[in-house]
This record gives sequence, structure tokens and C-alpha cells, in this order.
Amino acid sequence: MKKSSEAFKNWLLSGSDPLEEEMIETLSDEESEKHEQTDESSRIRKERKSLKEYLYEKGMYRPARIVCSIGLCLMLIVMLMGTVMDMPYFGQADTLVNSELSEFYVEKTLEHTGATNIITGIILNFRGFDTLGESHVLFIAVCSVIILLKMSPSEENPRLYTSDREDQKDEDLVLSSLTRFLFPLICMFGVYIILNGNISPGGGFSGGAVIGAGLILYLSAYGYKRIRRFFTFKTFKVVSCLALISYTSSKTFHFITGANEIHVPIPLGTPGTIFSGGLLLPLNIFVGLVVACTMYALYTLFRKGDF
Amino acid sequence: MEELNVLLLIFILVCAVSVSLTKNLLSAVIIFMAQSLAMSVVWILLESPDLGVTEAAVGAGVTSLLMFAALKKIHRMRDEKHEKKQ
Repeated sequence: MKKSSEAFKNWLLSGSDPLEEEMIETLSDEESEKHEQTDESSRIRKERKSLKEYLYEKGMYRPARIVCSIGLCLMLIVMLMGTVMDMPYFGQADTLVNSELSEFYVEKTLEHTGATNIITGIILNFRGFDTLGESHVLFIAVCSVIILLKMSPSEENPRLYTSDREDQKDEDLVLSSLTRFLFPLICMFGVYIILNGNISPGGGFSGGAVIGAGLILYLSAYGYKRIRRFFTFKTFKVVSCLALISYTSSKTFHFITGANEIHVPIPLGTPGTIFSGGLLLPLNIFVGLVVACTMYALYTLFRKGDF
Repeated sequence: MEELNVLLLIFILVCAVSVSLTKNLLSAVIIFMAQSLAMSVVWILLESPDLGVTEAAVGAGVTSLLMFAALKKIHRMRDEKHEKKQ
């Protein structure tokens, strides 16, 4: 016990792995033993046949495989059919679909949230917890991708400074001239979807995905140098962290005041205008920023390992 | 409208089956993309345009782009037979 604590202390202070030497020793021991046992173990392996080889010898391998796969399929079909049989009948009166909840949503969403688009009202207000978790899941996913794939710029990775398309250094004419028209349109469409999330179909996630796809298009058309003018790793960090923090804090405010029945008058505005729905518009913007940054970050990390 | 719906659903089914039957990875990704696009039209016909936009942007756009990036990393963008000859 004392030894292990000392080893941990050593590791903490010096930074070298205390188990390294021991592991090398044990490895070498095993290796020497292995050399002695090689002949014996190979002989045993030759005598012992796997199930696959046994079946091959008997000429049963193919039939056995077919029977197994048919059995697996049948099992799956029975399971799925059983699930379907457990579902409520079509048009049954006391199912969840016909409960008062959906009626409440349809009738009262406008009154409670001020959103003409009922779906946004539900996912950002009544079920705000879901969306909060979703945006955090997205952020965590991109964090793990950064941990796995991001290469630190050093002398070992000179490719980070150059394009990964050495074979086609010139800009693609078709792509770049198309992007000149399309990129502003795509971005405008994305911003439109986000800002109109509380009035018309759409919202933070779809608009953010559209903007992220537009950024990816810009990157493929013009390369890293031009996109680094306005979008670097620092931009990604600042924008997505700030958006997540403001999203979480405004939602927490909402939850706390709602749970304690403190009535905080957030003006709901006239339904049907952009500045309506209280917190819905800023929430949509935050979600859109997080999603756009995440989409672009995922693509560029997959492609090159850096921004 | 009904006929268009049925046609699109049949197209989606055919795409879904052929994705799993295609040997070439690049064409599999492209078929997957086409399936996603048809699916987004179906979403719009089912009167949920927000899902349609998301499906078109995420399913047909970003997901396939990520798959293309992965294919490029494992050098499978070209035909496999061509690659083997080299």
C-alpha cells in the first residue's frame, strides 16, 4: 500500500510512469516463457480445431450459417411483431394521442409562449429541458471529436499549414463561382429560418444546420486560408461556449421562476412578429450558433484535424 | 399528391436496399444522399417543413460530407478494382 502511494507521488511529481519498468520486466519474462512454450502451444493449437473448421470438414458450414441467419431473422420478426401488437389500436379513445395534452398544446401554446409556430413553442418552452440536453450532447460530441482528432500544430505535422488537397491546388472554377452566388443565399436562408423560428416552420437546429452546411461549402470552394479570416478555432470556442452559457443561464432562469411560480413579466409581444414569444428568439439564436459551429467543426476536424 | 407520395416511398425503399447491396462505398454514400433528399420531400408532403429542411441539411448535406471525408481518409474515393490493380 505504501509502495503504491509512493509510486503515485513519484508519478505526480516527476511525470514518468511508475509502472513502466515493472511492465517491461513482466513483458520480457512472458516473452521468454513464450519462446519455450511455442512448440508445445502450436502443437496443441493444431490438435484443437475451431467449430468453424469442424463444420467445414463435415460439409455443414453453409447450411449451419443459413439456419442461424434464418433463425435470427425470425427472432427479430417475432420481436418486432410483438411490439406492434402491443401498440394501441387505431382510433382508440384512451390513448396518449387522444389525451388532453395535445389539445392543451394546440389551444394554449400561443397564449402561454406567444409563438405562432406551436412546435417551437413546445420544444423550447414546454419541453425546454430536452433541447437543453440536446445542445449539450452536440457540444460534448464535438469535444470528444476534438480530443480524438485534433492535431496540435507542431513540426511533426507540417501538413497542418498547407492544404490537404495538394493534387488540386487551384480553386475549382465551377465550385468557386457557384459558391459566390450560393453562399450568401444559404446564409441568408439559415438566418431567416433561425429568426423566424417562432413564427414559421424551422428554428434553431434547422437554421444552424443550414448555416453550417454553407460554411462547409465555402471551405471546400475557397480553402482554409480564406475561411480563417473569419472562422478559426478561437471563434469556434468563443461562439459555441458563449452561446451554450447564455442558453443554459436563460433556460435556468426560466426553470427556476417557473418551478417557484414567480411571475416574471417577459413581454410576449404581438404574435406573428419577429420580436414575439419572449425568450424564444434569443434561445433560437443560441441553438443556431451552437449547431452551426458544431457542423463546421465536425467537418473540418474529420477532414484535416484542425481549423 | 398521393401518387407522388407512393413513388417517393418506393424510391426510398429501393435506395435503402441498394445502399446495403452496393459494393462501391462511394456510390453507397451517394445513394444514401439521394434517399435523404427524397425523405426530405416526403417530410414536406407530410406537412412538417421544419423536419424537411433539417433532413436536407443534415441527412443529405453534412452526414454525406462527413462520410466523403472519411472515405478520402481511407483512400476509397476511387473504384476499388482500380485501386487493386495499382
